[in-house]
Order: sequence, then structure tokens, then C-alpha cells
Amino acid sequence: MIKALAHKLIWAALTLVAASILVFLALEIVPGDPAEVMLGINATDEAVAALRKQLGLDLPPLQRYFAWVGGLLTGDLGTSYTYSVPVSELVAERVVVSLPLALMALFLSTVIAIPVGLIAAGKRGTMADTGIMAVTQIGIAIPNFWFALLLVYVLAIWLQWVPAGGFPGWEQGLWPGLNALLLPAIALALPQAAILSRVTRSALLETLGEDYIRTARAKGLSRRATLSRHALRNALIPVVTIIGLQFAYLLAGTIIIENVFYLPGLGRLIFQAINLRDLIVVESVVMLLVATIIAINFLVDLTYVWIDPRLRTSSDAETSAAQTQTDGAS
Amino acid sequence: MTDLPSASHAQTRSRSHAFWRQAKSNRSFTAGFIITATVIAMALISFVWTPYDVIELDIASKLQGPSLSHWFGTDHFGRDILSMIMVGARNSIAVALVAVVIGIGVGVPLGCWAASRGGLMDEALMRGNDLIFAFPALLSAVIITAIFGPGAINAIIAIGIFNIPVFARLARGATLSLLPREFVLAARVAGKGGVRIIAEHILPNMANLLVVQGTIAFALGILQEAGLAYVGLGTQPPFPSWGKMLNEAQTMMSFAPHMAILPGLAIVITVLGLNLLGDGLRDVLDPRLSKGRE
Repeated sequence: MIKALAHKLIWAALTLVAASILVFLALEIVPGDPAEVMLGINATDEAVAALRKQLGLDLPPLQRYFAWVGGLLTGDLGTSYTYSVPVSELVAERVVVSLPLALMALFLSTVIAIPVGLIAAGKRGTMADTGIMAVTQIGIAIPNFWFALLLVYVLAIWLQWVPAGGFPGWEQGLWPGLNALLLPAIALALPQAAILSRVTRSALLETLGEDYIRTARAKGLSRRATLSRHALRNALIPVVTIIGLQFAYLLAGTIIIENVFYLPGLGRLIFQAINLRDLIVVESVVMLLVATIIAINFLVDLTYVWIDPRLRTSSDAETSAAQTQTDGAS
Repeated sequence: MTDLPSASHAQTRSRSHAFWRQAKSNRSFTAGFIITATVIAMALISFVWTPYDVIELDIASKLQGPSLSHWFGTDHFGRDILSMIMVGARNSIAVALVAVVIGIGVGVPLGCWAASRGGLMDEALMRGNDLIFAFPALLSAVIITAIFGPGAINAIIAIGIFNIPVFARLARGATLSLLPREFVLAARVAGKGGVRIIAEHILPNMANLLVVQGTIAFALGILQEAGLAYVGLGTQPPFPSWGKMLNEAQTMMSFAPHMAILPGLAIVITVLGLNLLGDGLRDVLDPRLSKGRE
């Protein structure tokens, strides 16, 4: 088991290195010199050259790559070309909005989807099941930012129950902060919950056909206890895979949703940076998100082992993980 | 040289006949097919006719609600929303479709190749897939836009890249399961080379899977395109796109909600139609796959 985990850890680290090279190379071919952009069109050649030296842009690419990665590892993300403050400061300000938002959405989606999936699987073929499947089918088709616009229209503009957008900052207290993130979190969570409840239902139905479920029922366990005690745990692998994929998707999704609610998160930072050609900010934020996604994928692999003790001894982990991931993609 | 029997014309015809007979009795397929055909027809009609010109501004009739002269109302420039939705359909379909073609065109050969070569090639491909999975379409689009500036092509590339590992995995799995089958061995004994075996025996046998996954990827592509256009990374004005329309509608929610509701509905209906079509196709083409899922 240790060997399998070490193997996965090494691959995760190599993926991270490859991703950093990709991001670095991609932004390396961008036309235009950041030093010229920062100083404007009236700058003298000497001033541009001096700034290039200060930013380290005169160094060869390989050296700059290692300086960038070294910085990433020590928390030094470089200096923003436009704001002239450390990128790490900008990111730190924004992460406290985006990360809680993604976590809230993930939490909401999971606590909604698993019971819904359980109900649908438990009442397979009934009106309740058909109804749930119809609603989730529509839920999958709804773009979260459009759903967000509708929520704003109904709850903020029409009923005026919640603020339409903006973020008061955590220094105003926990409650106002959470309140501002609630609507965006719901908008992100519900379409995801639709997918997750369908996955939960079909994974449960698959395990319900197994022999040990019949045994559990035969020894007198109620339908409900069988579902929650025996079937759910065995159905968890595809469910956890999808939750992992969804977290990655939610992190990226926050970037879009932040635009609907005017939230000062990483998404707003990225789009401002793109418009201002502040590439070091784009580079660092994208790398940060990619690194998080790779870390989540690794954690998902770890949970497989925790959920299914059989995987601790055999080498089936690889196969079943690959299998569930293909299922998740469809 | 003995050629292995391949489907004759008569066989193909009777098979497609059986397909349609089964498909017609499948409710998901029928509903999905009607919706999808309607949306595609709408997009095609927009090439020759729309109720109004989508580029021309008519400030005098701006922000009207739905009426007889403008069925879906007008936007803040007085443009007819129905016409914009029709032209937007063209854009959504084109982007999502080309992205699926990229996914299949690159992913399927890679998957087949990796599966038939095995070993190091196979491992490298799977790790490459993991790498691409770490870049959601939105992040690729952000990078591509930072380099080349915004545009519809970026959306196509970003979504297409995202589709590659999906199809590569599918093709790899299907090839691995087909390679040990008798008809493949027979083809090998008959002296056919690897590429020919894949083209003549493996690919036709995974076509059903590709059609189903392609439909789902198409639906997902439409959602992704809308998201990219909404944040300004996709199609640029004045050419209308559904995501862009939602972006413009956002600031006018309080007095012109129809501007946001109708393009959004267009997205939901299109994606719903494609998903239903995909589910229906899966039931009809491969009953084994739908077991326990629906």
C-alpha cells in the first residue's frame, strides 16, 4: 500500500512539474514586453532596460523558470506589473473569498445530493424517483451563472431578501461574510448537486444488485439500514471521484460566478490581470489553481484506499479509479 | 488474400432500419431528437432569414418586452432578441461541434495507439491525460486569451483540449477490450497491419460509444462556451452569442429581465435536448451500458 501511495505521490509531483512548464512556456510566447507595458509608450530605452533587469526579464528563460518555481515554492509569487505589489498579497486578499465560496458550494452540493440519490435509489421506479430524475436532468442543463442571475432577480431584486452582490469583508464578522457568499454558493451548488445525485443513485443501484445486499436483507435488516449501512459505503468510490472532479470544477466555476455577484475573488483578479496584460498575476493564479486541482486528485486517490480496504492489498486501485473516472466524465 | 466479411449495403440498411424502429419507441431519444433538430433548424434558418437584422441598432425600440412585433422583446440597443438567439445558436453549435471533432480527431487515434502499443507509450498517454485534466477549459481559455486576446477560436481550442482526454480514455478502454476478440485475431492472422485492423475492425465497433459520448460532450461544450462568452473569453461583439447576451442582460435585470431569461432558456433547452438524445442513444445502441444507470 505504501508503495502504491508513493507511486501516486511521485506521479502527482511530476504532473505538477509538467503543468508548471506548460504554464510558463505558454506565457513565454506572449508578445509584448511587460517592462514596456509598465512604463508606458513614452519610456526611454534605458528605463525599460533598467526595469527589465530589476524584474529579472533579462535572464535566460531557463533561469527565469527556476526563479519562478523557486518563488512559488517559498510563497514569493513575484511582483504585479500593474499594482507594483507582491502577487502573493493580491492572491491572499482574494483567496479568502474564492476558497470559502467553493467549499460552501461543495458542502451544499454534497449534503443535498447524497440524500436525494439515496431516496431515488431506495424508491426506484416510483413517482418520487421519476420526479427526482426529471428535475436532475433539467438541473444538469442549467448554466450556473444563469441560475445565479435568476436567483438575484427573484431573491435580491424582487423579494429583496438578500443583497444582490458585493462582499463586506471578513473583518465585518463571520455572518455578513457568509451571508454574502450564500447566494453564489447556492447557484454553484445546485447544478452540481443534480449531477452528483444522479451519480449517487446509479452507483447505489449497481451495488444493490450485489449478493451481500441480499444477504443483509435476508438476515432481517430493514431496507433503509441496508441502503445506508451497506450499499452507500460501497457506492462511495464513484461518488467521491465526482466530488473531487466537482471541487476542481467549482474552483474554476467561482471565477465565473464572482462576476455575477461582483465578488472580489480570484476570478475578478484574473480578468483584471488579463485586461491589464499583468501576466505574472495570470501565470501565478492559474498555476495555483492547477496545483490545487492536482492535489485534490491525489487526495481522491487516497480516499479510495480509505473507503475500500480491499485496495490496500491488491493493485486494483488503478483499474477501479480509471474506471470510475471514465464514468464520471460521461 | 481473404477479406473478412464487412457489412454489405443490405446489412447496413436493415441495421439502420432496426435502429430507427427501436429509437422511435424510446422516449428520451424522441424528445431529445425533436429538441435538437429544432435548435439546429433554427440555427440553419438564421443563415438565410431572421425576423430582424442582428447587427443593426434601433434605439427607438430598445428594451421592449415580448410583443407581437418582437416575440422575445428587444435589448438595450433595440435589437430583436429572437433574431439574436437564432444567430447565437449557430455560434454555440459551431464552437461545441468543432470542439467535439477536435476531441475525437486527436483523442481517439491517441487512445487506440496507446492501447495497441501498450507499455511505456500507454503509461505516458494516461499521465498526459491526467495533466490535461488539471486544466479545466476555463483555465486553458484564460491562458490562451492572455496570449492571443479574446475570440471564438480560443473557446474552441480550450474546450477541444478538454475533450481530448475524455475521448482518448474511451478509445483506449474500448480498444483494450476489443483487441483479444476473435475477429481481431482473425484479421491479424489474415495478415492485416495494426493501422488497418484499427481502422477496419476496432473503430467500427466503438462507433456507438463515440456517438453517445460525442453527444454528451456536445452538450457540455455548449455550457462551457456560454460560460466563456459570459466572462468575455469567447465570441466577441457585435456577433451575438448566448453567453454574451446574458452578460449584457446582467446590469438590466431589474427592468428588463426578459433579456436574461430567454437566452438562458435557449441554453437549457439545447443542453437538455442533447442530454436526452445522448441517454436515448445509449439505451438504443448499447443496452448493456444503460443497465443499472437509468
